[in-house]
Amino acid sequence: MSDLRRLEVSEVGDVTVVRFVDRKILDAANIQELGDELFALVESEERKTLLLNFTNVEFLSSAALNKLIILDKKVKAVSGKLKLSNLKTEIREVFAITRLDQLFDIKDDEADALAAF
Amino acid sequence: MSNQTWSFDQRIPNDTSVGRELLDELVVQLKRAEWSEHDVHGVHLSVEEALVNAIKHGNNEDPDTSVHVVFKVSAAEILIQITDQGEGFDPHEVPDPTLDENLAVPSGRGLMLMKAFMSVVHYNDKGNQVIMEKVKN
Repeated sequence: MSDLRRLEVSEVGDVTVVRFVDRKILDAANIQELGDELFALVESEERKTLLLNFTNVEFLSSAALNKLIILDKKVKAVSGKLKLSNLKTEIREVFAITRLDQLFDIKDDEADALAAF
Repeated sequence: MSNQTWSFDQRIPNDTSVGRELLDELVVQLKRAEWSEHDVHGVHLSVEEALVNAIKHGNNEDPDTSVHVVFKVSAAEILIQITDQGEGFDPHEVPDPTLDENLAVPSGRGLMLMKAFMSVVHYNDKGNQVIMEKVKN
């Protein structure tokens, strides 16, 4: 994919590993762009096995969570797999409070996540 | 509030970038008042959600409107009051996003995060003003 602004994408075997450029995922325009880039991975590039690595992320709002929920639906619609890893304590707490840790498969680190596909 | 270390009481333009600059200053002041990283994150997230609600949903992103923001910070307590110029809403009508049937619905999490991280979250009767308090444990 060309011209990615919000994501860094790499391949590890069959898994597409996605890292976020922004430390704080807040701004509405950035979140829109982030969603568009994530959705294109599934819909345009037909990638079905995705790992989102949150190493860089210190803060994300509910608007960003909504994009992840939509991504999860898109991945499930193509019978793909989506995992999350490397969430900082505060971000993990946000997933726990919202019970999104029940919706998403969250692993401690990238190696754990890759081994679990 | 006793031993107040910082306060802010102004109308700001209906612009999230202005709100975010103000939030950055709030974070600086919370750290100066020796609030923990965990509490600072929770308050930061709650005010972010409340400001976005006011600007996007309350004032419908109308650039001719404004948001009245009040912050009062001390080492023991934080008070936040955010008022928009919209019609207001009934917070009780926001579906619980943690119910199984709503888990995959992409909305309604801002308000619940505010309630989770703050000690008190109260809306006025009209529903266009939120008052949030955080008391240090």
